[in-house]
Amino acid sequence: MAINLREIALKGEKLTSGHRLCAGCGASIIVRMVLNSAEQPVVVSNATGCLEVATTIFPYTAWGVPWIHSAFENSAATISGVESAYRALKKKGKIDKDIRFISFSGDGGTYDIGLQALSGAIERGHRCLYICYNNEAYMNTGIQRSSATPRGTFTTTSPAGKVIPGKPQRRKNLTEMMVANGAKYVAQASPSHWRDLMEKVRKALDTDGPSFLNIYSTCPRGWRTPDDSAIRIARLAVETGFWHLYEVEDGRYKINYKPAKGFKPIEEYIKIQGRFTHLLRPENAEILEEFKKDLEREWEYLLRMEEATNK
Amino acid sequence: MKTTFKKIAIEGNEAAALAFKQVNPDVVAAYPITPSTEVVQKFSEYVANGEVDTEFVPVESEHSAMSACIGASAAGARVMTSTASQGLALMWEMLYIASSLRLPIVMTVANRALSAPINIHGDHSDSMGARDSGWIQIYSENVQEIYDNIFQAVRIAEDPQVRLPVMVNFDGFITSHSEEILEVLDDDLVRRFIGEYKPKYSLLDVDHPMTMGPLALFDSYFEFKVAQAYAIANSLPVIKKVGREFGDLTGRYYDLIEKYHTDDAEYIIVAMSSTCGTVREVVDELREKGEKVGLLKIRVFRPFPLEEISNALKNAKVVGILDRSIIPGSFSGPLYHEIVSGMYHLDKRPIFQPYVYGLGGRDITTEHIKNVFTQLQEIEKLGRPKNLIYIGVRE
Repeated sequence: MAINLREIALKGEKLTSGHRLCAGCGASIIVRMVLNSAEQPVVVSNATGCLEVATTIFPYTAWGVPWIHSAFENSAATISGVESAYRALKKKGKIDKDIRFISFSGDGGTYDIGLQALSGAIERGHRCLYICYNNEAYMNTGIQRSSATPRGTFTTTSPAGKVIPGKPQRRKNLTEMMVANGAKYVAQASPSHWRDLMEKVRKALDTDGPSFLNIYSTCPRGWRTPDDSAIRIARLAVETGFWHLYEVEDGRYKINYKPAKGFKPIEEYIKIQGRFTHLLRPENAEILEEFKKDLEREWEYLLRMEEATNK
Repeated sequence: MKTTFKKIAIEGNEAAALAFKQVNPDVVAAYPITPSTEVVQKFSEYVANGEVDTEFVPVESEHSAMSACIGASAAGARVMTSTASQGLALMWEMLYIASSLRLPIVMTVANRALSAPINIHGDHSDSMGARDSGWIQIYSENVQEIYDNIFQAVRIAEDPQVRLPVMVNFDGFITSHSEEILEVLDDDLVRRFIGEYKPKYSLLDVDHPMTMGPLALFDSYFEFKVAQAYAIANSLPVIKKVGREFGDLTGRYYDLIEKYHTDDAEYIIVAMSSTCGTVREVVDELREKGEKVGLLKIRVFRPFPLEEISNALKNAKVVGILDRSIIPGSFSGPLYHEIVSGMYHLDKRPIFQPYVYGLGGRDITTEHIKNVFTQLQEIEKLGRPKNLIYIGVRE
């Protein structure tokens, strides 16, 4: 269960270098951490998106594990078919190995177009780990808003205009939806807190039932941030209270990062990202306030849930 | 060798479910839709009573049904499903992916009209719309054919030369809900006929990881598609071979097409599925009167058996082609397009008259068919076809 860095370093890469994801992309970092955490062989399904197109340009593939992509909105349905085949063939004695199943999708493929398939798969109880690498917009098509995009964010379909300063709506709380959906293990993680992330992957893969991880994933291209800032920004997201690390095991909440002295000012996080800098202009003070309130509401809700479920 | 088989009275959908049960697939992922629902409903009973070993995946939509079938088939399982109409339409995207990934999924489709207006009755709009999706399409005239075609579909789909999904079609309500006499095969015979599925590739072969469904750009996509086109074209002899072998076991032989009094016929009607029964009756009646009429039944529409169809039709004077689906904005239905353009280059060819009939379950009667044969004689005198004729509609 415990993560041993030396052991992991010796395991070898399951996602090789040479893929065409951008420098500073969070997705490949996350995939490597996830695949290196798995103690059993895994089969992966992948929704259409940056990760899929950049890692499998025929005749090349970066994947050292069995991998399938079929379409955008159905990564969860596809892996549920793979897992059902596994159970059927295992029952008939045609497979003897102990195999785990992981699905990777971006926030577009998870929060939006793939939500129905994901909800169905979790409700049916397939033993699969669904991972959303969440960079908070449709990056593969060129930075369009998703329901994971935070309020006020600039994207190409929620531009920071003279009348509307970025996305008017708050981000959807998909992690909570997955708890309500009945996933047995649900967690949020960030690659900046790698040990926490990898332990969560192990817990999820050890869960006899559906599990869901929402993992914060930087996008230098879409966020207008430097290539070398992925982990620094991911850490700031956690330290400023923009992205909370927590887990929900069979309905019981546990917050994994609670700063004793409180969160750092959110401005530290905002000012270094092109997608947010317009929020610091005086005329956008109102939407910045709303943005902060969104984060406060999310945090207070978590505190209440942790208290209520640990009595 | 013809042995005697048990005979039972059964509805089309239940016969399909019975065939599913005897195939005993590894995975069935399906979603209910009228008029196909009983297939999955009946099959669920088999699962609940432990009569099959199948993992049944009761998905939340047809899109997920086909997606789960794709995942399961890619993992090396024998996979089946069933749908109709809007369900097939919702699967659309995934139909192409199933065939392009060369996955031998077998699906029954109780053919039904497409909305709007919403209509639950039989026509071929659903599967005809999917005619370019790369699936093999077999059409069944009656309950026995649904049952027989399912076993053959498994063999065809899984043939190493083919490895493509197969759609077994039958007319919604007209056949799906008709109770007819069915000759049931012994489970052992079915098992022998379909054999054990040995997938060429499997995602579960973790020691030999493979990437399935990659990005292929302008330097390779075209080759993938052409390879797929060759694969479905090459399935023609396999479909014929499987139909023969099935006949040897059961006495019921199947071919790509079925010719009924076409050899010396001057006037031929081309039709598909249950309407063929109606046409056959009229052919019998008119033949007794000495009229040289015939029926050409298209059993396999994809791949399109052009050579067989050409040979069956080329000596006729006038051929009436009956489409049970409509292409708004075109001059005929899809069957007419295929046959006429396919036979265009022949030196000698009949006059072809397009018809569209039976949309949304509108009845087609023997009177309608007799009228078509009368019209074919008029068209011969006219020397050219008339514009598309709609049968049995208020215009």
